[in-house]
Amino acid sequence: MTTKTAAGSEVLKGSEITVEALIREGVEVIFGYPGGASMEIHQALTRVDPKHKLRVILPRHEQGAAFAAEGYAKATGRVGVALATSGPGATNLVTGLADAKMDSVPIVAITGQVPQALIGKDAFQETDVVGISRPITKHNYLVQRIEELPQIIKEAFYIASTGRPGPVLIDIPKDVQQATAIPEWPTEIDLKSYRPHIEARKRELEQIAEAIRGAQKPIIYAGNGAICANASEELLKFVEKTGIPIVTTVLGLGVFPSNHPLCFDMLGMHGAVYANYAVNQADLLLAFGVRFDDRVTGKVAEFAKHGTIVHVDIDASEINKIKPAHIPVTSDVRYVLQQLNEMNLGSSDYTPWVKELEQVKSEKPFRYQDNGKQIMPQYVLELLSEKTQGKVIITTGVGQHQMWAAQYFKFLFPRTMLTSAGLGAMGFGFPAALGAKLGCPDWEVIDIDGDGSFVMNIQELATACVEEIAVKALILNNQHLGMVVQWEDRFYAGNRGHTFIGNPRDPEGIYPDFVTIAKGFDVPARRITTRDEVSDALDEMLAAKTPYVLDVIIPSTEHVLPMIPTGHTFADTIYE
Amino acid sequence: MRQVISLLVENKAGVLSRVVGLFSQRGYNIESLNVAPALEADASRITLTTITDEAGTEQVVKQLSKLINVVKVTPYDSATQVLREMALVRIQVNESNRTEVLALSEVFRARVIDVRPTSYIFEVTGQAEKIDAFLQNAQVYGVRELHRTGELTLSRGKVGKKQSSSAREKPALVNDPNQKTPSKSEVKAKHD
Repeated sequence: MTTKTAAGSEVLKGSEITVEALIREGVEVIFGYPGGASMEIHQALTRVDPKHKLRVILPRHEQGAAFAAEGYAKATGRVGVALATSGPGATNLVTGLADAKMDSVPIVAITGQVPQALIGKDAFQETDVVGISRPITKHNYLVQRIEELPQIIKEAFYIASTGRPGPVLIDIPKDVQQATAIPEWPTEIDLKSYRPHIEARKRELEQIAEAIRGAQKPIIYAGNGAICANASEELLKFVEKTGIPIVTTVLGLGVFPSNHPLCFDMLGMHGAVYANYAVNQADLLLAFGVRFDDRVTGKVAEFAKHGTIVHVDIDASEINKIKPAHIPVTSDVRYVLQQLNEMNLGSSDYTPWVKELEQVKSEKPFRYQDNGKQIMPQYVLELLSEKTQGKVIITTGVGQHQMWAAQYFKFLFPRTMLTSAGLGAMGFGFPAALGAKLGCPDWEVIDIDGDGSFVMNIQELATACVEEIAVKALILNNQHLGMVVQWEDRFYAGNRGHTFIGNPRDPEGIYPDFVTIAKGFDVPARRITTRDEVSDALDEMLAAKTPYVLDVIIPSTEHVLPMIPTGHTFADTIYE
Repeated sequence: MRQVISLLVENKAGVLSRVVGLFSQRGYNIESLNVAPALEADASRITLTTITDEAGTEQVVKQLSKLINVVKVTPYDSATQVLREMALVRIQVNESNRTEVLALSEVFRARVIDVRPTSYIFEVTGQAEKIDAFLQNAQVYGVRELHRTGELTLSRGKVGKKQSSSAREKPALVNDPNQKTPSKSEVKAKHD
């Protein structure tokens, strides 16, 4: 490691060096919950010159802080920052770190630690968070000397945001925060064991071009890697140049405009029949920034088995991890698309192939039965999509509502679908919305949530109100853990295993009363139960200049369809 | 199959946990593990043996390469590397078979390093198969205790050029785009 540094002139405390380092990284918002081992840093944060416009948001739970940092990072592409104290503060960050690792979200988590003299002595609020977080971070640090702080913080931001992004944790013992030193600020980073900038070789690009020239039925399978690489523009250009149709993963939603005639929506377990058909029939699969997740592939051996597989990903370990690629390319996705857009890709006419997909789409679109009285969740999402025209950032919890949002909301822009995909962490939606709104204040941000997921971080209503973060929560409330209920109905003869989350003493009533809860947090709220209220209620929600909760009561009998059961194939699709 | 993997790692706190943790996290097992300071300043060399298949080796190598403090990952290849293991073996002896046991140790070039009236301790080095064979032959006298180091490897020098200590060469960087982790076929070739 060789590093150039520039010495500062002032003697600073470790806590002040930490804050100064964050400012030097361009941090504009920190989600931090103080405690004994991190209060030194909070004290330093109170003394930041207002010219830096560094905002400290106090969430009401450290999990909220981690998810909010993720929401900020996913929406902006910049590094999100969460700050927590030792022990329980640190362990409460864990789910957010695991989520960020799974979905490649660049966040830096800073935790206070007990003084080094107490480490290993089971001190009050001591926990080995570096040990706990090792498998769920891209990298982590225990700062042992104040002199290391500037370098470690710079490395942490560099590692979090480059290559395949991910979470980095920095654990700072209290004695390091309280020590003093004249900081030496690193001006550049050169880690000999970390070289994140990887571009495809010419030969590999030629192989891809040749595969495209020879294909009759090519399909693009694009995911989060294309969003992380900011490759939307190049992707659109590539599709328009070649005429190759595209499907995306749930994390890839928005990387390509869904109203484009060559967009065939989301694939996978709850993906469109026509999207899965396309992959199943394709003779060339262009996998750009994806990891062949089991929720996408089903039975791996049968997935895309007719096609040549081109797999482009910046993370070499994703190549051949699940599905061996015929043309494996470790590279930044954007670079590959840029290069391909300048190359001879032939002039094949894919019209018959696209017509074939359109035919399947017209036969088996996403569809649902609407009885005109009850509120169907799909109807709410279609209407919201129509009213907002995609100019909105959507966050979600995890479950049925998440899949309906993925299916029925028309995403037009990258970084507008923020969801916990890999980890599937309920409670992600609302705090992530707070982070997204702080990063993109000009955008409407709506958390499409379930009644189960919303309760998991409901305390963040206080953060929204007190910090005046005008995000909206649209709860699709079916009084059940709907996705598990759906599996119970399909595979367990409808036996309910603790999936009813209403009040068992009043099974016909609605519990809890989200409107009253929201009022307690001083957040305006409304509940609707009939179809004819939906349009007006959505208008009211969209017009609100404050946080707002819309509780939409939906039937619990509705299933997310289509569905390919775990480990099965396209041929086993349940459509009705 | 047994796969020996050699790692050059930065001497940072927790680096061994990162390496070992990756194995349990990803469901690979470690058969033997060896860690000691390397010649390079602030670096250690870890040699470990795992039971895996070709695809598993490719994944292990790639996952290890991703760890930030891991500088270089080298799957063992007999063409370019040498490999040795050492074992300390206590063998039971009596008045009638001492000579036989010593004769056996000669065959395996094992050295006697401790002598007691009823047992000898031998130091034997070589490839794992040689140590296995020694143990098998010693079994008739009674192997009382055994401590093996696990395999160690080192790159052979370049042929035909002035030999430079491998430690003085700038270590190749695993994440360097110009030097990719071995592809499936490359890994396969090394074991054919």
